[in-house]
Amino acid sequence: MKREIPILITLIFGVFMIVQFFIPHPAVNDIANRLQNWAIIVIAFSYVLGSANILRINGELVYRRGPGWLYKLVLVIAFFMMVIPGMFLGIGEGTWTNDRLFTNTYIPLASTMYASLAFFIASAAFRAFRVRTWQASVLALTAVIVMLGRIPISHMIWHDLPNVVDWVMNVPNAVAQRGILIGAALGAIATGLKVILGIERSYLGRE
Amino acid sequence: MDFFWLSVAGLATIAVLSFLYNDNPLYKVAEHFFVGIAAGYVVCAEFYNVFLPNLWNPLTSGTDYWLVIPLLLGLALFTRFSNNIGWISRWPMSVIIGTYAGLAVIGFASGDMVLQVQASLIPVFEPATVSKFSGDPSVMNFLDILKNPLFTLGLIAVLFYFFFSVEHKGGLKHIAVVGTTLLMIGFGAGYGYTVMTRIALLFDRFYFLFVEWLQVASA
Amino acid sequence: MAHSTLQKLEKLDRRWVFLAMALAVAAPLFFKIGLAPKTTPPVKEFYDYIEALPPGSRVLCSFDYDPGSKAELDPMCISVLEHLMDKGHKPVVITLWSTAPALIERNVNLICRDKYGKQYGTDYVYLGLKEGREAVMVAMGKSIRATFPVDFYGTPVEQIPLMNGVENYEQFQALINVSAGYPGTKEYVQYVTTRFAIPLLSGASAVSVPEYSAYYQSGQLKGLLTGITGAAEYEALLGKPGLALIAMDGQTMGHFVIIAFILFGNIVYFFLRREKARG
Repeated sequence: MKREIPILITLIFGVFMIVQFFIPHPAVNDIANRLQNWAIIVIAFSYVLGSANILRINGELVYRRGPGWLYKLVLVIAFFMMVIPGMFLGIGEGTWTNDRLFTNTYIPLASTMYASLAFFIASAAFRAFRVRTWQASVLALTAVIVMLGRIPISHMIWHDLPNVVDWVMNVPNAVAQRGILIGAALGAIATGLKVILGIERSYLGRE
Repeated sequence: MDFFWLSVAGLATIAVLSFLYNDNPLYKVAEHFFVGIAAGYVVCAEFYNVFLPNLWNPLTSGTDYWLVIPLLLGLALFTRFSNNIGWISRWPMSVIIGTYAGLAVIGFASGDMVLQVQASLIPVFEPATVSKFSGDPSVMNFLDILKNPLFTLGLIAVLFYFFFSVEHKGGLKHIAVVGTTLLMIGFGAGYGYTVMTRIALLFDRFYFLFVEWLQVASA
Repeated sequence: MAHSTLQKLEKLDRRWVFLAMALAVAAPLFFKIGLAPKTTPPVKEFYDYIEALPPGSRVLCSFDYDPGSKAELDPMCISVLEHLMDKGHKPVVITLWSTAPALIERNVNLICRDKYGKQYGTDYVYLGLKEGREAVMVAMGKSIRATFPVDFYGTPVEQIPLMNGVENYEQFQALINVSAGYPGTKEYVQYVTTRFAIPLLSGASAVSVPEYSAYYQSGQLKGLLTGITGAAEYEALLGKPGLALIAMDGQTMGHFVIIAFILFGNIVYFFLRREKARG
């Protein structure tokens, strides 16, 4: 029950996802479609599980007055500030959750979190981007050429610079990415088959 | 009212930026508020966009009673919170793992493997590029000569660096060096483009602060 | 250079670096230069592909990004919608990112409804979010109606005129994906373009561009908007300057600062190493 059924479920879903590609018969398609739609629903539940887990862990810390509980309280309050009006009034245009809360808290917070990385990338450029080896030199030189070539005045630096950057992106970079893609594809195919056939079971945990 | 909410957004931006000076309570509040709002938003978005249209409505209207299966499987995910019956959550997890594993096998094989290899099945050398270069010896025409050798021999060198578990010495070392050099060009390009993204995001924040909120600069 | 000065420079408080970065990127808001990039082939091909579509084409738009990537991808999303509206095409908009529905709805309403005064349901449709990533992409290849039974506002798709006769990807002339990462262009290439034979155009966050260049080179992408610079090129081609073009001054300064830091860091490193070698 604890291991056999999950392995069987994985096998059924995995096999139908593969078989539908090779046998486009309506009977196979119908079953595959149904399984896919079930998967979409279960995946949506998993997102809610993630949110519930965040709430559970932080709620417990608030209840026990654990370290940083006041911050956790902020998190719990923010969660309900969004969920309660969101579930009753909706999240579309014209609702308080969208026009006020989401627009004026989530968007600036998320945007600034990611924008802050610009500062750390600058710091890393100064402290860590050392040209110690041949490979590091190639990496640094390419980075500098690409950065110069993708700004509006690149053609003023050298008239062929934008074309050279296009070449770098579409030839040597594409070759490197292709090598990585082919390698990753082989790995993904092998892992996928191992999972479906029950050889790879680490996702089931220890018991 | 609008300026009030705009100021909330402005203060949220400053709260996150304050981390650059040092870690501080204002940043921590913003960080936790962000996670709470995000977690809440995901619940609402899934409710309106997936649960209602794909599960609840067809189930309650009687158009598809089979949907009781994904409903039960979805609810079974929450048994993870229990020590005794937590193993039941493996069933819905298997649905997710099985679906993605099956799709990945075909997706990676047809989308990445076959077509990427196919795109490199070209002549190793294109004589026309040399005659073009001899007619007009420009940098771009020279680089054009390298295109086909790189897509064929260069790709082999990259793959050689990845897959051959023999020691890279002697003549093999040179092949591996070509492979790593191409990879470094790829990583360098990756760094350059990452910088582009980060600066774009940062400029947007300054645009919001100085143009939209404080209105001390104009677009 | 004195050894102690070099060591001080090497251990420079990173907040000075942050300050230099902030000043460089923010300064162009006060002292405008008005830089505009030259068009590059991937962007031109993106533009040309939409231009060449027969008028009134039904185009599936999957806008897959969240507020974290809004700065870079909102300009692309807006330009794509403007271009489609200009040419009289009919976008059917979806998103696969769970924190995206509100962002995308705003852009769709801003352009299709407010700017062009188009009719919802006949000229454009917003189907909203569907969770499930690759599973959704493949499921749409079988039945879009089963995957998206209702639009973002809860209207059943069979009551939407633009969705009449739409069963799967075959009823669309093109698929445009504005992508911040996973799920996005890579997954559409893997799971949709090869399986369902629909041409894919991508507007990508710059971070993803090196990887997607391999897909562009192999012809799996019919056009590629390359980060904020690509978005600015597209705005210039359309003749509708927007936030991407405004950002070009700050972008240029930011790139110069990063390059300056790489050079400066290496100069300090070089002199320190030389001094150490001398003992």
